[in-house]
Amino acid sequence: MFKSIVKKITGNQLFIPIMALILLAVINLIVDPGFFKVSLGKNNAGNPVLSGYLITILDYGSELAILAIGMTLVTAASGGQDISVGATIAIAGSAMLRVLCGTNSRPDAIQAPIIVAFLVACLVGMLCGAFNGALVSFFKIQPMIATLILFTAGRSIAAWINNNELPIVPDPKFSYFGGFIPGVPIPTTVFIVLICIVVMALVLKFTNLGLYTQAVGINEKSARLNGINPTLIKFIAFVILGLCVAVAALIKVSRLSTINYSVIAKDIEMDAILAVALGGNALSGGKFNMWASVLGAYVIQFLTTTLYKFNVQSDALAAYKAVVVILLVFFSAPKVREGLGSAVKKLTPKRAGKGEA
Amino acid sequence: MDKKKLKGGIFNKVSDTNLLLAITIVIFLLMYIGAIVFQGSGFRKPQMFFNILNANAALIITACGMSIVMITGGIDISVGGVVALVSMCCAVYLDKTSNPNIFVSILIALGIGLAYGIIQGILVAYFDIQPFIVSLAGMFFARGMTTIVNTAPFNVQNKDFTKLKNTRITVPKMGSYNKKGMYIPAYVEIGVVVALIIVVILFLVLRYTKLGRNFYAVGGNQQSALMLGVNVKRTKFLSHIVCSLMAGIGGYVYFLHVGSGAASHATGMEMNAIASSIIGGTMLTGGVGNIIGTLFGVLSLSTIQNIVASAGLDQAWWTGITIAAMLCLFLVIQSIVIRQKKRALKT
Repeated sequence: MFKSIVKKITGNQLFIPIMALILLAVINLIVDPGFFKVSLGKNNAGNPVLSGYLITILDYGSELAILAIGMTLVTAASGGQDISVGATIAIAGSAMLRVLCGTNSRPDAIQAPIIVAFLVACLVGMLCGAFNGALVSFFKIQPMIATLILFTAGRSIAAWINNNELPIVPDPKFSYFGGFIPGVPIPTTVFIVLICIVVMALVLKFTNLGLYTQAVGINEKSARLNGINPTLIKFIAFVILGLCVAVAALIKVSRLSTINYSVIAKDIEMDAILAVALGGNALSGGKFNMWASVLGAYVIQFLTTTLYKFNVQSDALAAYKAVVVILLVFFSAPKVREGLGSAVKKLTPKRAGKGEA
Repeated sequence: MDKKKLKGGIFNKVSDTNLLLAITIVIFLLMYIGAIVFQGSGFRKPQMFFNILNANAALIITACGMSIVMITGGIDISVGGVVALVSMCCAVYLDKTSNPNIFVSILIALGIGLAYGIIQGILVAYFDIQPFIVSLAGMFFARGMTTIVNTAPFNVQNKDFTKLKNTRITVPKMGSYNKKGMYIPAYVEIGVVVALIIVVILFLVLRYTKLGRNFYAVGGNQQSALMLGVNVKRTKFLSHIVCSLMAGIGGYVYFLHVGSGAASHATGMEMNAIASSIIGGTMLTGGVGNIIGTLFGVLSLSTIQNIVASAGLDQAWWTGITIAAMLCLFLVIQSIVIRQKKRALKT
């Protein structure tokens, strides 16, 4: 009875990310209980804002969480990953700034409503997604390779859109998306993530997208024999990721009100893929759990924030991250789990003393 | 019967590997001839070609290692990080310790490569962890470790090293006359010789040894390789060892070319290595690929960079866009060719 409950818990896909979160939380609690303090303060503009490490994690983990949603779909459908998301964020962000600022890089007022700029960015993001999707689904090129094209060209295209200038958005309203709306103490990004999650949950609930995606990912041929169009499903997955990228670009650009083509969202593709893997989704496609990926994204941000708190240099951050990643992946590997399971079994019966070997 | 043979005739005789290789070589030659015809001056001198080799010797070596992993069906994105780590460690050893020895620095490079190969190989082959994730962590680790070893970039002053760095091997009869009519001999650096030797060795290994054939077998179909009695796990393990070892050697060659240690060295080299392998006809799904193709892949990639640079399109974004466009072209051609071939075989 006890064993079956344990098995049920450890077998759940959410087990790994939740365990990682608990582990990180416990470490932080031991080192410094103040980590969990959330206080209500006032920011520079005099508006009430919540501050504290937890809020930071929720705030800065949001781009990753949004990307993880799209990346999970792409991974599940195509069995590969999109490594161009960072570069596509640069393109979408650049297009957004171009619409907002026009040809003048230092305008006095925005040239178009923010919503128009956002819609243009969405269109651009979806176009990039469609380009990747077309290569993957119609030309049957491996996803990582197909997206390598935009990965190499993306930042160059982004610079080209704005003539290599760095426009600054003059309207303070634009910075609400990556910061705080006056009077609301919770970061706006949290709401954006919630909206994305709710929309995605509704899509998964009321359409067959999730089922079809899994079917294509598990076995493309039998999916086709069952009347599913694998080409279309893969294409749709990439377009949805493009949309997620546009939303992430809105947050990223809004945080600074400007853009830096070579640095914006750098290495975010690796973190996004990591989020999917941490969520226990097979990177080779098939079954997926979107919420585990989102949780995985916050685990990564939790880890990053924790490391920053321990005064780790931002350049050296990667080394520590790597160790944690290897440990997490190592212990979640089915082989190691089996080995541990049998080791536990060996230790528990009567001859416990000799079971060490 | 005869009709069938005629229809798929050419396609049937050539294997996937050779077909893709042929496409790569033809496109590279067309591009280079085009550059000579339309851009003239620089490209007409053989030294231009040797300069491309000099600058890309390290990339050739790492790309060859990458091809082997890709043929076996895996991937290793840690090579760029390993190159940076190797050059930083060697630089620190040569400049900041008393009595440094060149041979020990070479051993350090090989040691780092080997250690990487063993750890990643074990994790991938024996624990069944996805190679992408393992090498992703490897990349993070190498990049982070490089800054931990030394944050600031610096040039190596060691005399033995600078002597080795400045060694030039002249190529007979390939020199050219400058404007004053003086003869300037053409030269290559030591790294190029190392790279060419490695290309030959790996080519022979892939073609004529049991291990080489095992790489193709495992990459082509793991299940059938297993049933044929191939030790799949050991083959995967060895492919990662070869790749990381090549990254170690490539790292030293890179270090020999630039003569400094910096955390930002070889940024994006893993992607260049993957791109060259693909342009050279290696497929990420495994089982198809050729070392000679990879060599031409690197050459094509750097030729296009040089064309862009000498065409006066010095605005940085053009390089990225043209390389991407070329990659796109190659991929689509490959995809179409393979599909045509499949169709030809079916009918």
